[in-house]
Formats: sequence, C-alpha cells, structure tokens
Amino acid sequence: MKRIDHAEASSRFIKAKDHIDFHDKRLWDLRKKRDRVSEQLPEWEELRSLASAIKEHALTHLGDYLEEFERNAIRNGAKVHWAKDAAEHNQIVFDIMSARNARTLVKAKSMLTDECDMRPFLENRGIDVMETDLGERIQQLDDEPPSHIVVPAVHKLRTDVARVFAQTIGTDPKNSDVHYLAESQRQHTRPYFLKADAGMTGANFAVAETGTVVVCTNEGNADLSVNLPKLYIASIGIEKIIPRVEDVGVFVRMLSRSALGSPITQLTSHFRAPREGTEMHIVLVDNGRSERLGMADFWYSLKCIRCGACMNTCPVYRRSGGLSYGATYSGPIGVIIDPTFNLRKYSSLPFASTLNGSCTSVCPVRINIHEQIYKWRQIIAERHQLPFVKQEAMRVAGKILGSPKLYRAAVETAGASLEHLPRFMMYTRLNAWGRQREVPAAPQSTFRQWYLKNRSKR
Amino acid sequence: MSSRDDILARVRKNQPPPQPLPTIPTFDIATGSALETFKAALLRMGGKVADAPADGDLDALIRKLFPDAKVVCSATPEIAGNRSLDQVREPSELSDVDVGVVRAVFGVAETGSLWLTEKEFKVNALGFLAQHLVVLLDPAQIVGNLHHAYRERARFDARYGVFMTGPSATADIEGVLIHGAQGIRSLTVILLAPRKRSTRSRAPSG
Repeated sequence: MKRIDHAEASSRFIKAKDHIDFHDKRLWDLRKKRDRVSEQLPEWEELRSLASAIKEHALTHLGDYLEEFERNAIRNGAKVHWAKDAAEHNQIVFDIMSARNARTLVKAKSMLTDECDMRPFLENRGIDVMETDLGERIQQLDDEPPSHIVVPAVHKLRTDVARVFAQTIGTDPKNSDVHYLAESQRQHTRPYFLKADAGMTGANFAVAETGTVVVCTNEGNADLSVNLPKLYIASIGIEKIIPRVEDVGVFVRMLSRSALGSPITQLTSHFRAPREGTEMHIVLVDNGRSERLGMADFWYSLKCIRCGACMNTCPVYRRSGGLSYGATYSGPIGVIIDPTFNLRKYSSLPFASTLNGSCTSVCPVRINIHEQIYKWRQIIAERHQLPFVKQEAMRVAGKILGSPKLYRAAVETAGASLEHLPRFMMYTRLNAWGRQREVPAAPQSTFRQWYLKNRSKR
Repeated sequence: MSSRDDILARVRKNQPPPQPLPTIPTFDIATGSALETFKAALLRMGGKVADAPADGDLDALIRKLFPDAKVVCSATPEIAGNRSLDQVREPSELSDVDVGVVRAVFGVAETGSLWLTEKEFKVNALGFLAQHLVVLLDPAQIVGNLHHAYRERARFDARYGVFMTGPSATADIEGVLIHGAQGIRSLTVILLAPRKRSTRSRAPSG
C-alpha cells in the first residue's frame, strides 16, 4: 500500500492560486457563520457537553443499544443486516437489489458508502447509481471522491463545474452561471427519482428506542430517494446509535449550526418504517469501528457527527484541500480516523496539522482532536513510520535539545552561519520549512549571550 | 459466527467503562412571542408567510399567489385544488404538481420548522415533487424550541416524519445559495386555525 504524501499532494492544489484563495475564504466564511449562530444560543457550551455525554454513554453501552435498535426496527417492519466490513456491506446491498431485480439506485450523500467504495462495486455489476446531492453528483461526474464531508465539491470553482457538466450532462460549456448549473442538475436528476427501483440514504442518527433513521439534508434529495421507489436501503455506521428520541433534539440543534452556520438543515427526516407496500432495509456497518472502540486514546473519535466544523477552521485543511489527504475523511477528523484504517498508508496525515487546537474548540461533541493528533504522531514515530528526513531531523533535534551544552553551541553557530550560508545550501530539499518561507535575519547575539551581558549580575 | 454476533461480541469486549446518560433540560427563554420568533426564523431559512384571506377563500388566495399554476394538489380539506390524492397509485404521478397544499401538525419557533408526517401528506412525495408547497399552520400550535418538539414521543410513532424548514436549498457551488435544489422551490406558510371539527374526514376531490 502506497503511503499518502500529504505535503506533495497539497502542493499541486496550492499551485492553483485562484482555487486555493477561494477555498480558504469559503471555508473560513463557514467558520465565521458557525461562530455567529452558536453565539446566539446562551446554552451552546452546555449543549456541547450534553452531546458529548450522550455519545459517550451510547458508545459505552453500544452492544445493548444496537440490539434495542435492531429489535425496534424489526418491529417496525424493516429488515436489519449486519456487515463486518466494506466488502460485506457492498455485497449485502447488491444482493438486496439483485434479488428484487432492481437496476437503478438513487442515493443521498453518505460518507459511509464512500468509505466502503460502494459505487464502483455496484456499477461493475450493472447497477446504475445516481448520486443526487448536487456536490456529490459533481464529484461523481468528475470521477473524483468528495473533498469535504459536508460540501463535497468545495474545492471546485463554478467554471470547473461548467466544464464537468458540459462534458457529462450536456450543458453549455460557456455558461458558468451557478443558477443555470444547479437548475440543469435538477432537470437532469428528476427523471431518475421517478423511475428508480431503489433509494438509499446514510444516517445522521439512529434512535435505539424507536428504530428511527434520522437524516439531515438541505436539497430534498434524500426524501425524494426514499419516498418514491418501492425499496429503501439505509447504510448506517454502528457508532450512529443514540438512545432516545429526545437526544435527537440536542444534536439537531448543533449539527447545521456547526456545519454551515444555519440553525437547522432545510429537512430533518425521520424514517421509522416502510411506506405501505414497500420495503425498508437497514445495513449496520462495523468496518473497523468496534476495533476503534477498544483503543483507549482514540475511541472518542467515534463521537463524531460529521459536521465538518474542524475542517472549516483548520488552516492546513483550508490551504491544502481535502483531496490531498488521499482518504475518505480529510481534515482534522480524518487525520485521527484514517490511521485506524491503515497506519502505514496514512502515517503522514497526523503531521498535516499545526496543533493549534482550533478543531477541538469548535467540535460540537467535544472530541479532543488535537490531542489525538499529537498521540498519533507519537505512535507513528515509535513504529518508525516517519519518513527518513523527518526521522533524522527529529533524532538530531532530540539530541541537541536534550543537552544544554550542545544546544548552546548549536545556537551560536547557527546564528553565525545563517548570515553567511549561501542560499543554495540553506534552501535544500532537506529543509521543508524553507520551501515557502524566508528565514528571518538572525539577531547579532543569542539570548544567552544577551542575558549573560545584561542581566546575570543582578 | 454470524456477522451480527461477531460485531456485537467485539463491541461488548471493547466498550470503555460505562458513562451515565444525562437528562436534557428544555432551555426555555422567556423573551418574545413564539409566533413572531417562528416567522422570523422561517423567513431566514427562505420560507414565506402569507396572511389568511379575510373572506376565507383559500383557493382564490392560492390562485393569486401562483397565477401560472396549472395543477394544485391539496392534502387538507380547507383547500379543494384541482387534483385529488385519492386516486394516486404511484407517488411519481405527482410529478406535474405545481402547488401542493398540506396542514402541519405543529411548528418550532426557534428554527421556523414545520412537522409533517405521512398522515398529513397522504402521499409523502407531495412535499417534494411539487414545485411549490403551501403549508397551513395553527398559530396556537407552535413550540419554543427543538427540545420541546422532541419531548413528545408519540409524534415519532409516524412511519415517516419530517421537520421542513423553508424550501429545498443548496450552496454546493461556490457557496451561492439557491432555493429549489431537488425538492420544492418555495414554501409559504398560511397561519390559520383548523375549521371546527366536522364529520367529514377526507379531502374533496376536484
């Protein structure tokens, strides 16, 4: 498995100046909107604590709540399936569909189905899969994964969308008016809703006491996907279970405020039982989650409600783009989840952070994201998953910083040599820091020299 | 071992020490009227509010609000419309509806949301295939916030229920807000108490 090189991948994104400037600004705008709406609620911090406590309770009693959810879902008339991993999930979905001769699937956005790489699996078996969320559809048509868990095509400009739509759904390549592009997708998608054999959603929350699947969306595509076809399939990660109906209120009050800075999504849908004369199937998916639950430092990441606030606030994410992480989950939350899937492949991701802690302070369920990032770095260093240059630099730095004598000698020579070193020696491949920055002028004396001269006699 | 038993066994083996389940306050605030808060929140989410007509002719009001509408399909007895829901066999038959009309069970002041279930829609797709939706709401049926909304457990016995808050929307291209993504292009609330209870329970066909 090839190791993802986040820095190298982001350098490609950084080169497109107008893209990166817009990306940075758009996501920071979402962060500012989040601040405005959360400040309007005096109970915001209390809600964060409640949300965190509900999730911690649910996760520490997950076995019982999963069984309660299953019992109620079956009583409601749904069929419940269990999938250990992505492969089993995809096979279950395919089997449900092929047993009913269902050939077309309209689906709402689901990070879980992206995680399972479900679309190519079904398409290779002759099923026509239609992503119906605008952003997700843009990414499907461009054959790219989503770059953000809430706004999948946020790294694209309107001209990019115009190019993709012109090549795939036949829009005017010269027309990049956003209203025109969105309307074109609406017109293109509508017939699929009317004729699809099956509909699919993920879940934001699954309520144990009622067996209800709660889905929060804005576009109306989830409700169209479920309320038209005769077959509905919901794919749900096992960590999405919450105990009670009244718990939903806590999370719904925070989800869209954290994600987009709006008080609620346009639609908060509750699918409890199949419509008269139709079928509802629920696939409960583990895919590494039960293992993560047993990791003392990292199980808290299972509290995540996928709002994306940590991504919007992260300076590294905003300036490197989601695709540079090479994983389904990007940004700070991705950095702490991805290594649990494959430590070697994602070993560079915990270094894609400044450890400024902003992710932790905006997280609506109080996940200690930046602390987990730091812990992953330690694990990766211990298991020698650091790239050679970083490893050597850290080894030397450790030695020097561990000995006052060596440190003083190093600082004195460094100050002197910085002034005289020619550029070609300082800005080498080994100095990653110097690639986008200029080293400031070194002071005439070190702090220690200054201190000995001016203060030590007092 | 089945995948089910395998997953449950691993979950139980790995569960961290149990944490307590908190009780949830309702976070009531004393300021302002619920109705005014509801209206402001709904407008903010892209919804509209129309005054109930003085003469009580709701069909005329809808013709006035949507002069180009050819098909008006109502799930509530206050409005006749010209398309009956009684004969609908497949939800896709509603794809040509210009204006759908439905009565909400209650509203939420904090967010401007409306609670609707299969009972109100009769055919759920009416709320999504119609180009525009008109929702009647009894101004006496507005709760303060979502905590109150989610406290009444019985409401969630519906097979399908949705909090609708304004029209369908997207900002997936450059953050430009567009109303009328995949579902309704506009949502208009008419504040109106239901008629006095009569023996008739089905919408008249028209």
